[in-house]
Amino acid sequence: MKITLKVWRQKNTQDKGKLVTYDIKDASPDMSFLEMFDVLNEELLIKGEDPIAFDHDCREGICGACSMVINGKPHGPLQTTTCQLHMRSFKDGDTIVVEPWRAKPFPVLKDLIVDRTAFDRIIQSGGYVSVNTGVTVDANEIPIPKNIADEAFDAATCIGCGACVAACKNASAMLFVSAKVSQLAMLPQGKAESKRRVENMVATMDAEGFGACTNTGACEAECPKQISITNIARLNREYLSSKLTSEYVEA
Amino acid sequence: MRLDSKIPDGQLAEKWYKHKFNVKLVNPANKRKYDIIVVGTGLAGASAAASLAELGYNVKAFCFQDSPRRAHSIAAQGGINAAKNYQNDGDSVFRLFYDTIKGGDFRAREGNVYRLAEVSTSIIDQCVAQGVPFAREYGGLLSNRSFGGSQVSRTFYARGQTGQQLLLGAYSALSRQISAGKVQMFTRSEMLDVVIVDGKARGIVTRNMVSGKIESHSAHAVLLCTGGYGNVFFLSTNAMGSNVTAAWRAHKKGAFFANPCFTQIHPTCIPVSGDHQSKLTLMSESLRNDGRVWVPKAKGDTRKPQDIPEAERDYFLERKYPAFGNLVPRDIASRNAKQVCDEGRGVGTSGLAVYLDFADAIKRDSKKVVEAKYGNLFDMYQQITGENPYEMPMRIYPAVHYTMGGLWVDYNLMTTVPGLYALGEANFSDHGANRLGASALMQGLADGYFVIPYTVGDYLANMPATKIGTDHAEFKKAEENVKGQIKKLLSINGTKTVDHFHKEMGKIMWDYCGMSRDEKGLTFAKKRMQEIRAEFWQNVKITGTNEELNITLEKAMRVADFLELGELMIDDALNREESCGGHFREEYQTPEGEADRNDDKFAYVAAWEYTGDNKPENLHKEELVFENVKLSKRSYK
Repeated sequence: MKITLKVWRQKNTQDKGKLVTYDIKDASPDMSFLEMFDVLNEELLIKGEDPIAFDHDCREGICGACSMVINGKPHGPLQTTTCQLHMRSFKDGDTIVVEPWRAKPFPVLKDLIVDRTAFDRIIQSGGYVSVNTGVTVDANEIPIPKNIADEAFDAATCIGCGACVAACKNASAMLFVSAKVSQLAMLPQGKAESKRRVENMVATMDAEGFGACTNTGACEAECPKQISITNIARLNREYLSSKLTSEYVEA
Repeated sequence: MRLDSKIPDGQLAEKWYKHKFNVKLVNPANKRKYDIIVVGTGLAGASAAASLAELGYNVKAFCFQDSPRRAHSIAAQGGINAAKNYQNDGDSVFRLFYDTIKGGDFRAREGNVYRLAEVSTSIIDQCVAQGVPFAREYGGLLSNRSFGGSQVSRTFYARGQTGQQLLLGAYSALSRQISAGKVQMFTRSEMLDVVIVDGKARGIVTRNMVSGKIESHSAHAVLLCTGGYGNVFFLSTNAMGSNVTAAWRAHKKGAFFANPCFTQIHPTCIPVSGDHQSKLTLMSESLRNDGRVWVPKAKGDTRKPQDIPEAERDYFLERKYPAFGNLVPRDIASRNAKQVCDEGRGVGTSGLAVYLDFADAIKRDSKKVVEAKYGNLFDMYQQITGENPYEMPMRIYPAVHYTMGGLWVDYNLMTTVPGLYALGEANFSDHGANRLGASALMQGLADGYFVIPYTVGDYLANMPATKIGTDHAEFKKAEENVKGQIKKLLSINGTKTVDHFHKEMGKIMWDYCGMSRDEKGLTFAKKRMQEIRAEFWQNVKITGTNEELNITLEKAMRVADFLELGELMIDDALNREESCGGHFREEYQTPEGEADRNDDKFAYVAAWEYTGDNKPENLHKEELVFENVKLSKRSYK
């Protein structure tokens, strides 16, 4: 396959950046999208040019590292991660535009690599159950109905890639935050601190500069793990009831 | 130097219990005076960092990824073993211990493995308390499934994403301690050296992967939780970033490297599709619960699988191992797949694949049931191969997956360098010559949550809390070494890329030190590895500078270390003149083609000591003592 690639190149956070065109002469349909970049990078290196930097690690669609906006869509045309996208999803002769996630809280570090530590800070503000190592309650002493466990699981499959933010016109992180809030609000283990959790996580999300949610649903449409926007509704419900009944009032 | 494993005396079942009482404690008010460095944030690292911070120590945690949540533990699919006996099917701590020792082909320590089985039950309690959504039955209780190498159902799982859910549990505990100020987290940081002062590990040198800055960090103890070295083969199921650098550099500073040749080749991976291949994707072993492995009986049969009648198929695992069938341990399943392919009965365009067929399971249980169990794995398979596994059998082939070898540690998880510990896949201790499925997650979390919090205190209680500044001469020396190596790499400006060398080396390792080995091949491979390494240092091409985000430089440093490790693996494989577990020497097999273990000569841990650049390493032997299990020939027939 012949492909024309237009790739965002940016030396560092300060650099202005621009799209640069590369010709791929012979891509195999069985190649993953990232393997096409590997081959291109080998060619660039031999020519003495700086290879294109992009985040990737497990290449199995689970670590959440890969993050390319392909022809305007986070992770490209399929609802999967960039690493699980294969060239057979494109046609011979296609022109493909590749950019990094675009959102103010995700500054570009180099080329297609952005800084997503804002997500970690949101989790640090409450995305956990406060339990120290060494609990003595037997695991089966907390029975959880299968339907609840399954629904919590669906929310827990979020890989923290940030495609939801990249897809949103407001760069809202609501899908990411609501997935964690939902998982823990549904489970008995997370109930005790559910009010503090939702308030703190939403406050951190706002402070990091993510935008507001206007329910357009682009996040759900692009999420490689099919996280449902029902979680956002649940977050809103949790947030409202928490605010109305909050025992957690700051001085 | 005599290796002292420090296994406590006494009855097997009392060793850990007594040891926990005998270790010294650091009182709660003093814990805050001690700093501990944790390198790596996978299951072992994240659980250790969180647990130690909860106890009151000051922890500095490091990972090369952009977030601790992305460590490669996240990709583990199948499950985690625990001796809960929730199924009332005869499981017990002793049975899990026995299965693990036997699965490892009697090349692991009894004391360590028993402890692992013992704490396995606490791991499940801990994870459930954190909100890890394990699979459940309609009654709300936890569900189990069976796994290779065992005849009970003791594996807890979260669909095909158990590693992800366990890691996110440990990550959440770690995040809680970061927000409490007890853990300082350094992401996109690569450890490049251990700093030893007065014979004790007192810190590390790292490179900030965004700015290139070389930084020093001082502490009272250093924990390496840096995973395995499967990427020495270039193609493996490991993440692209998984590397041996931290462990290898610790080895060069005095930590012995144990059983490096013990690598696990996983039987169920998606076959290679072409030269562009960058990694191999695992299909969880749990698929072997319902999938049947077969090849055509005739050589060179190119018919489509559905056109081959039942009578002309060879379900070779069921035929040869009727007791365990498709659920034989990984080493046996892999070797048998290789054998049938070597006989010319392999399938697919390359001939290097066997079928994993779900037609019977779908007929028996319905498509819906199969989908509920394995849906995400089937989707992944279809995504990668473009074939629908509900309609035609999967094609699978073995691939490098896990490394049982690693830094030598004693019962306290301390390496031969005082104050330097190794946890999880980075150490060698619990899996012997072959790891059973669903045991890696168990071991990583056992080490981090339930072992190191006790044993590190024993060491710290004996040392003053005085801190050493990073302006100390040893830190400066280590920094200069690291800077020197980077400068040297950047100055070569040759004509071949880092990946070129990595692929060339990986192929040599796979062909001659992979699924089966012999003296002739290993000797040839050793020579080739030396040649490749020499050429690498004269002809590698790295663009850019140190003072920027430089993906080529990062890779080059890792490959430089893999090149050295590969040679040690070959030496170890040459030394071990027997077949055991994942180490199969062609010269040592039974008439039926099974591994021929030699307990009289090789019931020991081979621990290698670095003696200097280009010098042969010294071999130290730790004899393995078996008092509670009878050394038997491993049979799964």
